[in-house]
Amino acid sequence: MSARLPAVKKAGSQEIAIAKNEDFVTATIADQLFGIPVLQVQDVLGPQKITRIPLAPPEVAGSLNLRGRIVTAIDVRLRLGLPARTGGKPGMSIVVDHKGELYSLMVDHVGEVLSLTTDDFERHPATMDQRWREISTGIYRLKETLLVVLDVSKLLNFANIEAA
Amino acid sequence: MDDLLSEFLTETNENLAVLDVELVKLEQNPNDPGLLSNIFRLVHTIKGTCGFLGLPRLESVAHAAENVLGKFRDGELHVSPYAVSLILESLDTIKGILSVLEQTEAEPPGGDQDLIDRLNAMAEGRELPKAGAAPAVVETPAAAESDPDQLFEPVPAHLTHTLGPAATAEPASPPPPPPPVPVAAAPAAAPAGRDVAPVAHAAPPAEPPPPPPRVEAASTPADDVRGESAKESALAQQTIRVHVDLLENLMTMVSELVLTRNQLLQILRSQKDSEFAAPLQRLNHVTSELQEGVMKTRMQPIGNAWAKLPRLVRDLSHELHKKIELQMLGAETELDRQVLELIKDPLTHMVRNSGDHGLEIPAERLAAGKSETGRITLNAFHEGGHIIIEISDDGKGLALSKIKAKIIQNGLASESELAQMSDQQIQQFIFKPGFSTAAKVTSVSGRGVGMDVVKTNIEKIGGTIEMRSVEGRGTTFTIKIPLTLAIVSALIVECASERFAVPQISVVELVRAADDSEHKIERINGAPVLRLRNRLLPLVSLQRLLKLGDAQDDDKRETFIVVSQVGNYTFGIIVDRVFDTEEIVVKPVAPILRHIELFSGNTILGDGSVIMILDPNGIATASGNMTVQDTHGAAQEVAKASTRREDDKMALLLFSAGEGGPKAVPLSLVARLEDIDLNQVELSNGEPVVQYRGKLMPLVPIDPNWKIVRDKRQPVVVFADGERSMGLVVDEIVDIVEDRLQVELGTERPGFLGSAIIASKATDVIDAGFYLTRAFKDWFGNAHESFEDERQHRVLLVDDSPFFRNLLTPLLTVSGYDVTAVESADEALALCDNGEEFDVIVSDIEMPGMSGLDFAQAVRATTRWASTPLVALSSHSTPRDLDRGREAGFNDYVAKFDREALLFTLQQTITEKGAA
Repeated sequence: MSARLPAVKKAGSQEIAIAKNEDFVTATIADQLFGIPVLQVQDVLGPQKITRIPLAPPEVAGSLNLRGRIVTAIDVRLRLGLPARTGGKPGMSIVVDHKGELYSLMVDHVGEVLSLTTDDFERHPATMDQRWREISTGIYRLKETLLVVLDVSKLLNFANIEAA
Repeated sequence: MDDLLSEFLTETNENLAVLDVELVKLEQNPNDPGLLSNIFRLVHTIKGTCGFLGLPRLESVAHAAENVLGKFRDGELHVSPYAVSLILESLDTIKGILSVLEQTEAEPPGGDQDLIDRLNAMAEGRELPKAGAAPAVVETPAAAESDPDQLFEPVPAHLTHTLGPAATAEPASPPPPPPPVPVAAAPAAAPAGRDVAPVAHAAPPAEPPPPPPRVEAASTPADDVRGESAKESALAQQTIRVHVDLLENLMTMVSELVLTRNQLLQILRSQKDSEFAAPLQRLNHVTSELQEGVMKTRMQPIGNAWAKLPRLVRDLSHELHKKIELQMLGAETELDRQVLELIKDPLTHMVRNSGDHGLEIPAERLAAGKSETGRITLNAFHEGGHIIIEISDDGKGLALSKIKAKIIQNGLASESELAQMSDQQIQQFIFKPGFSTAAKVTSVSGRGVGMDVVKTNIEKIGGTIEMRSVEGRGTTFTIKIPLTLAIVSALIVECASERFAVPQISVVELVRAADDSEHKIERINGAPVLRLRNRLLPLVSLQRLLKLGDAQDDDKRETFIVVSQVGNYTFGIIVDRVFDTEEIVVKPVAPILRHIELFSGNTILGDGSVIMILDPNGIATASGNMTVQDTHGAAQEVAKASTRREDDKMALLLFSAGEGGPKAVPLSLVARLEDIDLNQVELSNGEPVVQYRGKLMPLVPIDPNWKIVRDKRQPVVVFADGERSMGLVVDEIVDIVEDRLQVELGTERPGFLGSAIIASKATDVIDAGFYLTRAFKDWFGNAHESFEDERQHRVLLVDDSPFFRNLLTPLLTVSGYDVTAVESADEALALCDNGEEFDVIVSDIEMPGMSGLDFAQAVRATTRWASTPLVALSSHSTPRDLDRGREAGFNDYVAKFDREALLFTLQQTITEKGAA
């Protein structure tokens, strides 16, 4: 984490005027860094009491009450085809707004907001897992690591997985 | 006052208030196009509404004003103070007319030609001409009215004064007329002179008369304005118009408040002696009242949704050549605006259906013995937090045969499947998509979009729809909908440690089921069922349905069953626990979960947790095909089938006694079966008796050779009547069978009616009456005595079957009737001719020769017996038969073998006759 901080500053502030910059809320899932466009993010939550929803797709962890609004919780791990979290530290969630509905994306850890220049953006490589390619728009090359940009609307499009 | 009119008044008064302000602004800012077009629009609206409502006087004024404004807007005329006053004057006139309208609901008589002329002149750009007359006329007389004499003085004075300059030089400086409307003064002056001058010239004394009529016309509104302006508009002050969005918003907020209140109350419940208790109670009350109040703002009478129906029905009756009467009851019943909008179309559709499919053409109706005019009835009322709307017609009902044909044609079910279905189940098919029984597609209905859409729409708002239909009598649809969509009452249940809400509307009752309780879950090939009041209730395990855990329901020692009803389908949902009910605000589930049919929404409970709301409709669908599992209908069908069986067959007690084959006696005559210890049998007067229920009961053996064997037990068939009972000693009780009793061989043996084949064996049918008299010589005689204070009622029994005559005669005799039994209708009529009198006639329907129906008609045709009550006795007791019986002249109808009913009916009939 601390290693990435300088990268923010370098890639960020000074170049705003020149290159197109985008801000992302970063999250870690299974040691992989992900980014969600900051404008779609409503909230970042700690562990919550979640009501299970029977018969829902497995990726839907349940629903929770966020200040009087009902938010559907999605387990991003399962969505990415990763095994469910086991014990250890409680996870965190990023609440996003999608077509007026709120969804809470459950991740392992939420990091800071990074402002990234489009120069570092790349389409995802052909070797990437099909499932991952479907729900991401591309990759940002950071100094130390790579950041996968999550496409929220595709992430929430469950019809695709059912078909797959 | 007419709703439409009062709405118009409110709206127009508001518009006028706005116009006043806007016009003043316009005068100061004559070139603001936005302002102008707004004014134009408002006046235009007023004109349009007036025209629509048929208010010609208002319309003409508004129209003229609109013309002028139109010119302003198009830039053809310049906005001048005079023009603005003219418009303002027309507004005042409009206001005056409105206030009269508000009081009398009619426009005041008279016209405003003068004002209109001036407005028209204005529109043509002639600002000066003519206009002066009006102000002069309006104002002068108004001022002078009190003193007519003064009128002469000033007017000629002005005129003569004006005459000189005005006649010679038109653009003369503004002279005398004293119109108090200052803006009008300048332009009015000159024309005043010119217009009136010639008149003044010709005949000064004749001048005054013209004004009065004109004055009258103009002053009516003017006076009214003055008189009424103080009151403003009473209507305008009573109501305000609020945007619906604001109300919706308010409702949402109140809903949240209710939730928070619930949350607080829940916390309070867990704390004893909290100092918050009292204020929270207050908050509770206030919130409830607030909720109710806000809800009321959204309430509208259901009549609003019905407003279009009379017209629709009228058109229908013309198009279909039927006579239709529409009856609307409970139009003032209020319900949520949102719900109202949603049921409008289904209701319209159903009324249309009733008219098109339900009602017959007049000729058919007459043929069916109904009045030519068909009736569609709409009835709305409140019932326990719900609104019930009934749509019924007295038409031909659903034709089962047509539905069946259609079902097979559409491949919805096979013939054999249909054969197993109850009528009710078959009728339910009309709710299936693509179903229409209309023979041809009319412009009215029969396009295959129909009841399924209606059902879906109603279920969408949490309502239910049920249907009852009797062929030939009509159809009734019953719609049950919640009062409001926003807040519903729900039962909170738990299953596999998850909580769920079940809408209260579909919960019929709750049953606790445990091994040690009266209710126990049983299984048929794994399918759980519950015996509930002699019905098998199919059960659905919520745990299994929702795939929650693997724990078996069997392991649980105690479960609860939520008995739910969806349409006519009743079923039980097995849950682990039941909590209390809570008011919840239904929120839709996230789009990605919409495909789960079992949930109708979700909500946040008082404790802040999210909970899923179960959809009973979804559960019913998921738990099996509704039409196939229509237990309610099935149960009815079973009941119907068994009555039918009873019609044809009767329960018989089979026993063996003495020599010969098995013996039988109709079970309906038997009071009890006893097993008697022969040690207790004593002899009284040489006859065996036994102490039974504190009385002595004589024992009569069938077998004449019967001996009392000590230390043995003996079965006894007990016949009872009131205080008395008699024991018929038999050897062995064999069975109780239901069979068709057909006495095939008559017999002369005493005590036997004859032989019949029962349970495929030749069986002797015993004559209970014979043994009754054996036990008590005075059995019947005594009965006579007990009734002797009353006059004995004479009953004429007409039945071709000797068995029934023998069966009923003792029965009726025992009950105190003087019975005369004959075997045919002819014999009965012969008695009539002989001058016999009876209090009541009981007749069989199916008889050789003259049938019961013909007999009844014949009896009614006689003079002597015309008023004697007739009771029909038949094994056929379908509603159709009942009707036929009534038509023929029978007063009542009793199923054969129903002893109680017969006695009751006889008593009733005789009492009624006595009273009449």
